[in-house]
Amino acid sequence: MTGFLSYIKRNPTLGIGLAMLVILVGFTTIGRLFINPDDAYRQTMYMNQPPSKEHPFGTDAQGRDLLTMMIMGTGMTLQVGAIAGGIGLGIGIVLGFVSGYYGGLLDTIITSAIDIYMTIPSFLILILIATTFKNINLGIIEMGVIVGIVSWAGSARAIRSQVLTMRERPFVMMAKLSGMGSMEIVMKELVPNLLPFLVMSLSQSVYGGIMSSLGLEAIGIGSRREPTMGMTLFYVNYYSAFLLGLWWWILEPVAVIVMTLTSFVLISMGLDEIANPRRRRSL
Amino acid sequence: MTLSYFVRRVFFLFLVVWTAATINFVLPHLAGRDPIKEQMLIQIASQGRTQADAEAMIRTYTRLFGLDRPLWEQYLTYIGNVMRLDFGYSINNYPRTVMDIIISRGRLTLPFVVVSIFISFTFGILLGAFLGWNRTPQWVSNLVVPPMLVLSSVPQFLVALVLIYFVAFRMRLLPMNGAYPRTMVEDWGSLTFWMGYAKHAILPILSMVLVDASGWALGMRAMMVTVEGEDYATFAEAKGLTTWRVFFRYLLRNALLPPLTGLAIRLGFIITGASLVESFFAYNGLGSTLGGAIGNFDYFLLYGIVTIMVMCIALATFVMDMIYPLLDPRISYKAQRG
Repeated sequence: MTGFLSYIKRNPTLGIGLAMLVILVGFTTIGRLFINPDDAYRQTMYMNQPPSKEHPFGTDAQGRDLLTMMIMGTGMTLQVGAIAGGIGLGIGIVLGFVSGYYGGLLDTIITSAIDIYMTIPSFLILILIATTFKNINLGIIEMGVIVGIVSWAGSARAIRSQVLTMRERPFVMMAKLSGMGSMEIVMKELVPNLLPFLVMSLSQSVYGGIMSSLGLEAIGIGSRREPTMGMTLFYVNYYSAFLLGLWWWILEPVAVIVMTLTSFVLISMGLDEIANPRRRRSL
Repeated sequence: MTLSYFVRRVFFLFLVVWTAATINFVLPHLAGRDPIKEQMLIQIASQGRTQADAEAMIRTYTRLFGLDRPLWEQYLTYIGNVMRLDFGYSINNYPRTVMDIIISRGRLTLPFVVVSIFISFTFGILLGAFLGWNRTPQWVSNLVVPPMLVLSSVPQFLVALVLIYFVAFRMRLLPMNGAYPRTMVEDWGSLTFWMGYAKHAILPILSMVLVDASGWALGMRAMMVTVEGEDYATFAEAKGLTTWRVFFRYLLRNALLPPLTGLAIRLGFIITGASLVESFFAYNGLGSTLGGAIGNFDYFLLYGIVTIMVMCIALATFVMDMIYPLLDPRISYKAQRG
């Protein structure tokens, strides 16, 4: 623990990012103990109430308690990000390792696929998938899965280039000479050495997943019932909260989202310093 | 510029458009939805048509849109149509073609997007170069970088929300929504319309610029640090060149190349970001139309807009690929590996 703290002192970016994430997770888990989760769904007659004693964060146009919505929504948005990031990174790892380590025709196919895929914005594909398959009930998990399946290109490309530089290192040669199989080399030599990089990629994929899900929800794709951050923004727009000047309804989700996204960016930057020790002090 | 490089990039351009078009074709068939029937059922419910009428209409429309032919034939016609930029008719506003809608709405979007990309890139690059320069005092960076870090990591529409609330609603400095004043008709010949359009575009452009320029500036700042360590930079300074010459001709020019590649990569993010910004400003452009098409499942319009956006991005990437070797003579025209 003291080792960790002294490291954080040298890498404040990571420290601030982690602290923000801990605050958010604490807000959504500890906060849940004090609220009734149903209040995030139940529509009451107390509409558009400014913050007061009963509703510390105010209420929205459907009379839902915003404090409850923020507590539940933060958790949901983080959940979508975690699922999407995990799946996206998983696909990215498989493609990146296969293409980087084995090379050859497979590599050519995968890299061209990545190149094409990176030119077509995954957000547009997401829109098409989410609107075309209306029979899928887009809950939190489904949202995460769909976003994850679509967003792998970035991490696949980054991991591939890391594997390429790793592949020619002496210790991999040693492993090859000592008769290790490819699978064994990947698992025992490459993955452990790339671990900091993979953790950073995870943080980046989670960030990307949250970004995509926010965008989708903000234009009304997703479960309209769940109080996720993106859906809250959708309703802000839908009920023209601006024209009514409902600042609490606008600024609360904005604050939560800014904090969430910034924390993942800071964590990625902090981890980057561990993954690429030669590139010190970029900020 | 060698011919093979050119041919390869053209091939890639077509590959991207073809992939996007194919995805567009495959997805609806996988989902097995019948947009015409859905639309007709809605119309039956709202306008009280009889069942027999409706079925006749469904048959007519199905034949009109060519949905009764074998799949491969539909695919070939579809690809042919996409190459001719013919996306068929909008289901919701039937007699209007999708391309017609795209042109009339895209007219409002294009200037706003192009101007915001241009401003954010130039401003971001200059700011980043200045921040990364070793002659800039450290406190400037300490002051500017943290807010830029936050701005660059949020989606553009989030900034738009805050701007709408504070600038448009609270201070009433600028119009809150729309692409031009409600009292005007769209007339690109008149100066007053242009003025109104420009005034309405300020806030959307500002929300794009705040996010994107911060991103460019941070990237450029990191690049400047690496360029400053190069031998030619030290040599230029040792030669006694003026500070400004070293800054613009040696440092900025060399550090500029990676952000230019980044521009091609981020273009998709910028354009989709602009669509979202539009829907929060009720800006009557392509992005809002996309949002509307999602809402009422106007299948052909939806897929037409997506294809057009991908085409624009692919074309812009192609142009960047053509310009890049001119800017950096060291670039190899051979297929790049790694």
